Amino acid sequence: MELVGSLLQAALRMATPLIYAAIGETYNERAGLLNLGIEGLMLIGALTAYTIAFFYQSILLGVLGAAVVAGLFGLLFAFATVTLKANQVIIGTALNLIGLGMTSYVHRMLFNTLAGSAGNVQVLPTLRVPVLKDIPIIGPALFEQNLLVYLALLLTPIAGFVLYKTSLGLALRAVGEHPKATATAGLSVTRLRYGAMVFAAMMAGIGGAYLPVAHANTFVENMVAGRGFIALAIVVFSRWNPVNVLWASLLFGFTFALQFRLQIVNLRVAYQFLQILPYVVTLLAMVVLRGQTAQPKALAVPYTEQV
Amino acid sequence: MTLLNNDQVVPRLEVRNICKSFGSLKANDHISFRVLPGEVHCLLGENGAGKTTVMNIVYGLYRADEGQIFLDGRPIVIRSPHEAIALGIGMVHQHFMLVPTLTVAENIILGTRPLFFSRSSLLTNTWEIEQEVKSIAERYSLKINPSALVSSLSVGEQQRVEIVKALYRGVRLLILDEPTAVLTPQETLELFDTLRILVREGLSVIFISHKLNEIMAIGDRVTILRDGKVVGEKLVCQTNTQELAELMVGREVKLTVEKKPASPGEEVLVVKDLNIEDHGVKTLRGVSFSVRSGEIVGIAGVDGNGQRELALALAGMIKPSAGTIKLCGMDLIGKSPAQIFRAGVCHIPEDRQKMGLVMDFSVAENFVLKKFSSRPFVRHGLLHPKEIFSYASRLTKEFDVRTPSVKKTVDKLSGGNQQKIVLGREIDQKPKLLIAMQPTRGLDVGATEYIHQQLLAQRDRGAAILLISTELEEVMALSDRILVMYEGQIVGETLAERSNVEQIGLWMAGVRA
Repeated sequence: MELVGSLLQAALRMATPLIYAAIGETYNERAGLLNLGIEGLMLIGALTAYTIAFFYQSILLGVLGAAVVAGLFGLLFAFATVTLKANQVIIGTALNLIGLGMTSYVHRMLFNTLAGSAGNVQVLPTLRVPVLKDIPIIGPALFEQNLLVYLALLLTPIAGFVLYKTSLGLALRAVGEHPKATATAGLSVTRLRYGAMVFAAMMAGIGGAYLPVAHANTFVENMVAGRGFIALAIVVFSRWNPVNVLWASLLFGFTFALQFRLQIVNLRVAYQFLQILPYVVTLLAMVVLRGQTAQPKALAVPYTEQV
Repeated sequence: MTLLNNDQVVPRLEVRNICKSFGSLKANDHISFRVLPGEVHCLLGENGAGKTTVMNIVYGLYRADEGQIFLDGRPIVIRSPHEAIALGIGMVHQHFMLVPTLTVAENIILGTRPLFFSRSSLLTNTWEIEQEVKSIAERYSLKINPSALVSSLSVGEQQRVEIVKALYRGVRLLILDEPTAVLTPQETLELFDTLRILVREGLSVIFISHKLNEIMAIGDRVTILRDGKVVGEKLVCQTNTQELAELMVGREVKLTVEKKPASPGEEVLVVKDLNIEDHGVKTLRGVSFSVRSGEIVGIAGVDGNGQRELALALAGMIKPSAGTIKLCGMDLIGKSPAQIFRAGVCHIPEDRQKMGLVMDFSVAENFVLKKFSSRPFVRHGLLHPKEIFSYASRLTKEFDVRTPSVKKTVDKLSGGNQQKIVLGREIDQKPKLLIAMQPTRGLDVGATEYIHQQLLAQRDRGAAILLISTELEEVMALSDRILVMYEGQIVGETLAERSNVEQIGLWMAGVRA
């Protein structure tokens, strides 16, 4: 029993960075932008948070800094894809390469190490809710977590509410589906898409920041390890619905947690096979859900005002 | 509707000396007209006459080079659709501006509320919003279901949503750009009823069209445009279709297609129980018919009822799931488009720019598109430009393609000339069967007349012709036999001389015989 409880607790912890990134990207794609560069943004967020936390001893400042810096890169992405109408796949890929190259370079430069870990930062404290945390099985998962996990849990219903129950959400759903109709209704396609992109980038930055400050306590090159791409898969898997993002992220978080546990129990399987578990699940999910039609019609299509 | 003397009423909209050029082309050349409160004002003109340009200026999509616009007597400047809406000007575009995945009510309120920090940004009271939308629709006797998804609506219903959307924004001037192009005859009548209610309530309506009958039916006044200039303004009750047509074209025109009685021969095309499935959706369900040589069989129906799939299946571009297609006894199913072409089936596709032509190829290259790989256009594996150019020059003359040179790329030509290239290329094959899908879509009266004559000439030569068109008038004017398609089935068949619009309209709406 206790084993299941702690597995769930770990699953939610592993799901948290995915939730942030996938919620952001859901908004982004609803607005019609495809950002393949989440991985790069998460790395940028991770390094920013680690650096600030390391030098200023403030995790909170680190996370905020990660959001701001990633947001600036999001602005760059929006400028290239919305204003200059560049191909989103190419720009997204470029963002990944920049993210990987730049974080590795800056990390070595600042901390003067070769690929290894420079030093630990303080870890985000666990906030325990008394009594509730003792509920069997779900208690530890829901009431014995750090602040970022709690915020991620709150984020999904809020994101769902905004998307489906406010005029901002209505505008976002419209602009990714039929931007011209949205423009003739008097809304600015450009502003909506810039807004969605910057929000998405900030969320990816926070998702990335989670890894050094709440998971590993340090920064390692390429530490995001494909989570940005898994977030992209989660968006599709959740059918572009922020509420579903929670469940989909939990599924992937669970496979991450599971492979750690399986490595410990010594299954006589090479650990590399266990490590690929989350990625295999991603592939399977994509195959099972092929041909889904919920995808926004204008996804990755630049909007030009023509008459 | 009473028509008052222009000078005594402040016009709802007045445009004065509007000019707009695109490069060397003068799209609008000193256009002036007035729209009074409570009238349906028609703008009549061929494609390229400048009707849509001037309306896009009024709606803020273009800026005029010269001229002024007055709304209720006050001079105004409109820089964007947003400003036009704020001034009470609404436009229903030819292609609807509705988001299919949202509900009717969501589409209607889209963009009308602040995005942030306001009580009305919250859309939690869905029921109230829907009631509000409904009450506006009911005020003008428009039937809509506010909670329905737009993707589930018929084209006529979507148009109603567009109108309610404009009314919800409080427009006093409603511009309708070719609104009947997508409607069945019954839906057109319903639209006309709606427009009459709107003008009775004091709105002004600008109705853009090139269909003379509709202008006679709904218009109070009509301004005729030709080559970017106003060439006439008439009270509809004091004019007739013949006069309007001549003003529009600038010369005498024959409005009725003159044709000899058909003398059909043997069955050329026999289609039996044809079924097509596309991703699990049945687009064609048990279609059977035949076309004989020397006759035109017209297929009428609202766009999207399987006509496209039928044409593509006959041309070999999609594979039917069941049924047979026989050309003079030969089975066509499983043959490639090239084999079917060589067997004598020619195809004028519905979208000449996407399927009929390669837009950045020259006139000559497009003429030999289907046979450049055979003699005399190719020798020893190399193209033979001299042969290609002389062949293209001959067809250019024969089919009256107006182009400075056969080396000009076709994207520089007008739609009418583009279509003549497609038509010429196909007809020059002397086809046994000619499939003509929307052959005059977007063409002006002159080019339409020409295409119709050519189709009739092919019929008289002995070709079997399958005409597929959503323009009911065209089907009725050209065909010897008429079939009506609805949801992938043929729901009615009639001889052309015994047909009547009401019956065909009912079939088009899915009412069985």
